[in-house]
Amino acid sequence: MQNEKTTEEVALGIRRRVFEHTMRNNGGYLSQACSAAEQLAFLYNEALNLGQPVLPMIPEPFRGVPSADNPHYVTGAGYNGPFEPHFDRLFIAPAHYALVAYATLIETGRMAPEGLEMFNKDGSSVEMIGAEHSPGMEVHNGTLGIGLSTGAGLAWGRKRRGETGEVCVFMSDGEVQEGQTWEAVQAAAFHGIDNLWAIMDVNAQQCDGAMDSVMEVGDIATKLRDFGAVVCEIDGHDLPAMRQAKAEPHEGRPLVILAHTSPTQGMGFLRQRFPRLHYVRFKTEEERAAMNREIAAELGIDPIAYSH
Amino acid sequence: MVEMVNRPYARAFEDYALRHPDVLCLSADLTSSCEIDGFRDRHPEQFLSMGMAEQNMLSFAGGLGLAGFRPFLHTFGVFLYRRPYDQLMASVAYPRRKVRLMGFLPGITTPGGMTHQAIEDVAVMRTIPNMTVLETGDATEVEGIVEAADSIDGPVYCRVLRGAIPRLFDTPFRVGQMRVLSEGGDVLVVTAGITTEEAIRARGALDAAGVSVRHLHLGTLKPFDAAQILDHAASVRHGVVTLENHLVAGGIGTMVAEAMAEAGMAKRLIRLGLQDTYAHGGSRPYLMRHYGLDALALVRAIERLTGQETGIDEAALGEVRVEDVHSAVKAEAL
Ligand SMILES: Cc1ncc(C[n+]2csc(CCOP(=O)(O)OP(=O)(O)O)c2C)c(N)n1
Repeated sequence: MQNEKTTEEVALGIRRRVFEHTMRNNGGYLSQACSAAEQLAFLYNEALNLGQPVLPMIPEPFRGVPSADNPHYVTGAGYNGPFEPHFDRLFIAPAHYALVAYATLIETGRMAPEGLEMFNKDGSSVEMIGAEHSPGMEVHNGTLGIGLSTGAGLAWGRKRRGETGEVCVFMSDGEVQEGQTWEAVQAAAFHGIDNLWAIMDVNAQQCDGAMDSVMEVGDIATKLRDFGAVVCEIDGHDLPAMRQAKAEPHEGRPLVILAHTSPTQGMGFLRQRFPRLHYVRFKTEEERAAMNREIAAELGIDPIAYSH
Repeated sequence: MVEMVNRPYARAFEDYALRHPDVLCLSADLTSSCEIDGFRDRHPEQFLSMGMAEQNMLSFAGGLGLAGFRPFLHTFGVFLYRRPYDQLMASVAYPRRKVRLMGFLPGITTPGGMTHQAIEDVAVMRTIPNMTVLETGDATEVEGIVEAADSIDGPVYCRVLRGAIPRLFDTPFRVGQMRVLSEGGDVLVVTAGITTEEAIRARGALDAAGVSVRHLHLGTLKPFDAAQILDHAASVRHGVVTLENHLVAGGIGTMVAEAMAEAGMAKRLIRLGLQDTYAHGGSRPYLMRHYGLDALALVRAIERLTGQETGIDEAALGEVRVEDVHSAVKAEAL
């Protein structure tokens, strides 16, 4: 697709949209926008080779779960373009990043802004925890730690079929606490799956707070290398570094880019909530108003008009 | 107006655990979502953070059981058995460890969609030998669930409600005892968990329409008291309706069907719940309506059973709403 905006602009747009949404709804996955905006902007705006969306710009309502009686079932993958052998595929492994992913679809012209208005509304396909029928999603990943395995299997299958498109998995660092993540890396390395790459949002946060206070995971890079991946560690807000990391040769092995990020990047005022950042809900109207004023200023926009 | 109780689990757990030093509190990175954040902060020596690693947590808990501790595992119900099923079997259930599985957000009480909704947990848990299965349906039962669970000589899985919960009952949770909420003679209604509140609403309207309902609420799903169910079923004219926050396969509807079949009881049975389908994300009232788990679905089922239209519609049920507080408790933030 045509790049109308720079990746920096897309990242800023993601933060603004998620912030606006969070203000209006008095809560949201805001810190994930801070940490992951550059990564998702990079994926959609330049790194991935994706075709034009094949689903309506304004998402259809929820149309039922997969079943033999539901022949019209579709996943949300069509927002990433058609399945063609030369196009890439993307999984958002931590499905609670859906709000950030939807904002990215809008910023890159793949979904209408109305899509975000449907977020977490009854009967909508734009679900809070991205479901496989949600825009931009192809598989269910709400149970964390399964995304990379599915990506590895798809990548192996595509390679076997001679398809040139790659498989990319966007991951979260919480996923390294799940044993399955390591089984996925080990299998991808063992089977030489090098049309697979992942970018992991290493924001050092999880539901309960800072990861080091919940369950230390040690040096993720060393562990990944020991399990057989090629690893690049970068500042996840540094786009030139991200481009360089993506270019890293990884023949016969999967590539994992560890994007070290800040869960308050671009919204420094949020830092006062540390380490309670997983789902930002304002405790008082005063806090909400202050966040609105200060973060809007940081993002270069007017405070959001919201109803109480 | 029904009393709403805020976060009864948090208080009940802390009270109980402090009196029982061999009780340990484990969490898999959902500490505040399971209302044990205060406990973690005040009693770190009795709290074990296990991270987002449920398979390890289940076998680890088996080891704690070997050392004589009684671990209470806190996470969403779905994460206690789907991924760590093998660990649950080998490390907990077979050796009858006193592991207390506290499953939050049962069935469609979570907006998180398929991956978060434990809709087959009762079916899975009740088929596991040595397992006890309990479910809470109001604030009083949530207050009693900790002690009830810890009274079990073996592993136990509990469906626990969180947040603001109505108080429907004034007598404590007793393992093995069902509650007889009404003693009508037309139909038998069997509910548990959040569907009990729906049935209470329906009953109000059904009474007014001249349908007399016998209503049982189950807090203990396994062991299942088939004899009592059969007694009640025998005493109604038309038959039985079960309503559960779960798939109809393997849950309460199945248990009642098995009991009736084994006794050779020739009465009709309608099983309400998820009908061989996954659910999706949405608010609790919306999902209950969408999948036919609410008071209106129950009224329609009873009409089918009796062959009589009651004239009850949504508006009539609205008037007997048990409370309207749920709408204010927004279903977000897992
Ligand atoms: C298997 C599984 N266990 C638990 C959860 C509940 N949960 C949702 S997000 C999350 C951890 C969040 O940490 P991370 O993945 O690093 O995301 P971030 O902190 O960046 O939002 C947990 C435990 C889940 N979705 N899946």
